[in-house]
Amino acid sequence: MNLTKGTDGLSELLGQITGFIYPNEIEIHWSILIVVYPYVTGLVAGAFILASLVKVFKIKEVQPTYRLSLLTALAFLLVAPLPLLLHLSQPQRFYEILLTPNPSSAMAMFGFVYAWYLMGVLLLEIWFEYRRDLVTLARTSSVPLNWVYRVLSLFSRDVSEAALAFDRKAIQFITIIGIPSAFLLHGYVGFIFGSVKANPWWGSVLMPIVFLMSAIVSGIALVILLYMVLAGIRREPIDMACLDKITSYLFYAVIVDFSLEALDFIHRLYQSEESVKILGSLITHKLFMSLFVIQILLGMFIPLGILVLAKMRGFGDELRKLLYFTAVILIQIGIFATRWNVVIGGQLFSKSFRGLMTYKMEVTGIEGLVAALVLLALPFAVLYVLIKLLPTRRLDEVSAATSTARTA
Amino acid sequence: MNKREFLKGAIVFFPAGGALAALARQAMGKETGSAPAKDANGKKGYDPASHFYGMGVDIDKCIGCNRCAVACKAENDVPDEPFYFRTWVERYTIARDGEVVVENISLGARETTTQDAREIIRTFFVPKLCNHCQNPPCVQVCPVNATFTTADGAVIVDAERCIGCRYCIQACPYGARYLHPTTKTADKCTFCYHRLVKGLQPACVEVCPTQARIFGDLKSRASRLVRFRRLNKIHVLKPQLNTEPKVYYANLDGEVR
Repeated sequence: MNLTKGTDGLSELLGQITGFIYPNEIEIHWSILIVVYPYVTGLVAGAFILASLVKVFKIKEVQPTYRLSLLTALAFLLVAPLPLLLHLSQPQRFYEILLTPNPSSAMAMFGFVYAWYLMGVLLLEIWFEYRRDLVTLARTSSVPLNWVYRVLSLFSRDVSEAALAFDRKAIQFITIIGIPSAFLLHGYVGFIFGSVKANPWWGSVLMPIVFLMSAIVSGIALVILLYMVLAGIRREPIDMACLDKITSYLFYAVIVDFSLEALDFIHRLYQSEESVKILGSLITHKLFMSLFVIQILLGMFIPLGILVLAKMRGFGDELRKLLYFTAVILIQIGIFATRWNVVIGGQLFSKSFRGLMTYKMEVTGIEGLVAALVLLALPFAVLYVLIKLLPTRRLDEVSAATSTARTA
Repeated sequence: MNKREFLKGAIVFFPAGGALAALARQAMGKETGSAPAKDANGKKGYDPASHFYGMGVDIDKCIGCNRCAVACKAENDVPDEPFYFRTWVERYTIARDGEVVVENISLGARETTTQDAREIIRTFFVPKLCNHCQNPPCVQVCPVNATFTTADGAVIVDAERCIGCRYCIQACPYGARYLHPTTKTADKCTFCYHRLVKGLQPACVEVCPTQARIFGDLKSRASRLVRFRRLNKIHVLKPQLNTEPKVYYANLDGEVR
């Protein structure tokens, strides 16, 4: 037999099939990069929705994380298309998806949803939020940074009360459009999976909603994490009222997320369709660790318990911080496992419903573990640059804070 | 043979031969549509719009010789490895206690079955291939229209256009697609489209020694496929998914998915 280059890995998997699979199913086509993609977009949507709490629902306590949430959303959104691009086996043809999209393809809508969210919502809101500071920074910074700020402010100089009032109104308007857009962005990612009728593990009308709720969970948890880490680095006090408020939102989001996933699970079990047996052996043989242990126990039950504990008892600030910190890290791991279980789990059983396959992750390849870790780290590097350029607290707040400190 | 007998024979032979050849041409034309049609420019050529192809598979005729799968790989440059198939043959063995064992006999060396022959109540072969669905989920999901349905009903992939996102592979309920390891694009059965347009049958149909595979034009009332559909009880794979396959199985067992 003439072996084709790069197929020896698949020959190895041939021996690891249990039961019967269609012969072409051996290759797991959507790799860890496609796990990273919904994870990252989920963080974008979640962080943005947290930011919207401040502007639309006027929740004042959450204000300290407002700008951080926006910048986090932007940093992750900028990286979000990369795993998709790297995953294509003909990446140089990616532009076809933008130039000649197939209107009936959910995936073809990616470019439009992405472009709308980036330019129509996120960049616009960030610009209006930062415009006043950018004008100030352009005046006060030294060369060449002042030029950077001047370009970022799009050469606007007007900081009159009327102009600032317009900024506020614009932000309000964009946020109101932004919430459904964030829902669209991540609900759409869920739809890519949920609309595949060939795959009973994916094909569910609940999929977009489950994706959305888990996105909100992961986004909020990430902003909490970043807020705490940032305060630690800057040696600033953490606003405990803010932290308590956000963590209670996080708590409710986890409850809703868990209820939806439990509903999905019970529904499948009770309906007991043709696929129920193979999905049963999928979760017990292939996903036991990542689903029951990591996603449900470590990623949901334990953090929920920690959050309840932190709220119920009159613990001191330091202990509460520690508990919150532990909970959000566990939740992040849990949500990553959720994405893994959907994307990889959906490819580990045969569509003949008679057998299971194995996914062997590459380590160094373009679709391997290292690439995935780099892609997960990249948004933090982007965020570092963004935070360096764009202050996470309004300049007038900072100066007010320093002047009160001085008088005290 | 004297001169008179030779001439007499020739008088009968040549017109008869000509008539037979004409009949054969006509029959072929009805099968695969090579009857020369004129295109818009008035030139003689293949007119896709006047055909609509499908395939019939008679389970009871398949002997599991696997020649179809071998011929397919040779005809279409499908990689040799046992995980790239445009067509393959499954063997079902159903035991008295209801246990079903399915094997892909196109994988190469076969292990001998461990089942007790006395406990087997029925066994049969099922050739599989792309169903060239009339409501194809792969075409629906392709983000760049690289996979499409031709006017004559074949679902094919444009390898120059495919970006390798593999959504089509995920969307196919029949496992009929794979990513070609050399071209790095989605690949699948084309009904041997390059042969169809020349009036030939797909390679798998041509080599089948028992005529278990029947190919034909659903638009022609005289085609073998239409006759096959008239004379047999017909079933398709996974009808509940509403993909409307055009590979029609006769005598298909309920265990087959």
